[in-house]
Amino acid sequence: MATHNFKHALFCAIVTIIIAYPILGLNLVAQGTTVGLEGATPGTVISVILAAVVVFLFQLFRDNIMTSLGKLPKLNPLSGREPMPQAKRVKMESWVLTGIIVLALFWPFFVSRGSVDLATLVLIYVMLALGLNVVVGLAGLLDLGYVAFYAVGAYTFALLSQYFGFTFWMALPIGALLAALFGLMLGFPVLRLRGDYLAIVTLGFGEIIRILLNNWTAVTGGPNGIGGIPEPTLFGMEFGRRVKEEGNTSFHETFGIAYSGEHKVIFLYLIALVLAVITALVIRRLMRMPVGRAWEALREDEIAARSLGMSRTAVKLSAFTIGAFFAGFAGTVFASKQGFISPESFVFLESAIILAIVVLGGMGSQVGVILAAIAVTILPELAREFSDFRMLVFGAAMVLMMIWRPQGLMPMRRIHIELKQQE
Amino acid sequence: MQDLLYFFQQLVNGLTIGSTYALIAIGYTMVYGIIGMINFAHGEIYMIGAYTALIAITGLATLGIAWLPVILVVALICAVIVSSSMGWAVERVAYRPVRGRHRLIPLISAIGMSIFLQNYVHLAQGSRNIGFPALIDGSFRFGPADSFQLSLSYMQITIFITTLICMTLLSLFISRSRIGRACRAVSQDLGMANLLGIDTNRIISATFVIGAALAAVAGLLLGLYYGSVDPLFGFIAGLKAFTAAVLGGIGSIPGAMLGGLILGVSESMTSGYLSGEYKDVVSFSLLILILLFKPTGLLGKPEVEKI
Repeated sequence: MATHNFKHALFCAIVTIIIAYPILGLNLVAQGTTVGLEGATPGTVISVILAAVVVFLFQLFRDNIMTSLGKLPKLNPLSGREPMPQAKRVKMESWVLTGIIVLALFWPFFVSRGSVDLATLVLIYVMLALGLNVVVGLAGLLDLGYVAFYAVGAYTFALLSQYFGFTFWMALPIGALLAALFGLMLGFPVLRLRGDYLAIVTLGFGEIIRILLNNWTAVTGGPNGIGGIPEPTLFGMEFGRRVKEEGNTSFHETFGIAYSGEHKVIFLYLIALVLAVITALVIRRLMRMPVGRAWEALREDEIAARSLGMSRTAVKLSAFTIGAFFAGFAGTVFASKQGFISPESFVFLESAIILAIVVLGGMGSQVGVILAAIAVTILPELAREFSDFRMLVFGAAMVLMMIWRPQGLMPMRRIHIELKQQE
Repeated sequence: MQDLLYFFQQLVNGLTIGSTYALIAIGYTMVYGIIGMINFAHGEIYMIGAYTALIAITGLATLGIAWLPVILVVALICAVIVSSSMGWAVERVAYRPVRGRHRLIPLISAIGMSIFLQNYVHLAQGSRNIGFPALIDGSFRFGPADSFQLSLSYMQITIFITTLICMTLLSLFISRSRIGRACRAVSQDLGMANLLGIDTNRIISATFVIGAALAAVAGLLLGLYYGSVDPLFGFIAGLKAFTAAVLGGIGSIPGAMLGGLILGVSESMTSGYLSGEYKDVVSFSLLILILLFKPTGLLGKPEVEKI
């Protein structure tokens, strides 16, 4: 046994060196037209060797480590406790949520412009993640091209405002409905595919949309994108220093206050907040309606659900369309916030980030997904010096979550009715 | 005559690209055939193969070795070793612990691994694309000297020959060797193979290693053919290769070869006769259409859904 372990450990250590050293230790540098090779700093080399040693020791004493880990007391003191009674939990959850929303309403008036801007972005991600949560978390359909619907929403607003002078409020429902229509159109043929095929088809669809946006230069401006997207107005009041459109008044003149750029940012934030809350409430409601239960039933056992008379296509299609609808919502807000969009913002990575938010938060759980959206968007901003490592950590976190806690940080708990214990 | 030459040129270009897609597609198809998961990180393994090959080539150039066969063989061996180790490690770290769980879980794990590997190379080697030296230069030309000529470059010939050798070796390996037979047994029935004393964990590892080795070969070839690599190099190629695997019928090795060739030709025909920008649109549309109308692919066996 010992020799077997030793051989295995040695093998693992050698593999570690093979996969780490050439890529990390030898850097290719362009020297004019040719390429040269540079050794990495001693620090890198030492850390590669250190990693190999750690792997070696871990594999060598793997059995011992595993048994002693099993004997350790549970780290989480709450793990053994009884779950809270359901009625109490639901009540507490809704109180907490109301508190958070009230806090979020007043918070922007006391902080800097930059943080409000970031918070708007967080809210956009919250909307996206809540929408994808319906598709992936509740209905169990892995959609890797979710960003396509986001792009449809954003581009609908941008194009309508550029060519027809539509305002934000007119474009918002159109963008969302058009995204939903795209969802319906894509969903109708592909939803009979099995899980992983569906993932690849949606991924292909996302890429197709992006390539079309990139190459259809006459309409979308290609890689240069579309600029000059108008900001939302409040009952015809604009937030700029000067009124751009005739017939409109400006916000600061109507109320007789000094002009400030912050009004606009806060207004956008509030719009995003309201839309995010609407998204959350609508989906919360849907989850408890027959259609929401049908989503979950289909996710859990397709054959059983179908044998109970559910229409597989209709149920899946409804999830797909609703998810796309909210992505369109988020896209419109995003276009309005940025004032400029280009295909760069709608790459596959964006889909992967939204998916990661859903997975980290716990598929199906709304509170978890909202918290994960906040964490995933804000953490990289806080740790700017590590921003290079952001995506690396992201990928690793996705893998580790799947291994250790596939149900996510705050797994979804179904509302259920318990039988009273009979004496 | 002109049109015919032009057509043949597109065909040759398509077959060149297609045969490398086929090399990558085999990795997808073998893994899918055995454990039923899409190895999303396979494209990244191919990209790492290309990077290792470039590192080896540059290293040899620094040492002053200029004899072409030595350079190619050393680069090939380095790429294969590093990529195979990577394939082995990825399976061990990211896929084995989640094997047998719900379908989406290994897939998400694989996407995470793909993002991780992309950024691993990005951090170590920078995000800019780096040029491959043109080691194999020159071409045969056919046709009248004053107008369009069909050109068949030495690089393309190298790609054909290498792919052919790899495919033959793989077929022999799968049909004759002990591990190859075990591979086929495991892909037919994993549980039964386990009962009959086949070390299935080992066979699954072997599948990943073989797939990664072929991807590394493709990485070297395509790196030389395109003339540059960057960390995102693997993503689209991986997607294309997956398309090829599905096209031919996922799980079937001859299917992957056929699918790769068809995909490559249809792509080069699109860029030859329509527009190069839309070739990706065509291949993804092809993927969607195939999955809609013949989800088992051209050579795949229909899968029976059991309760």
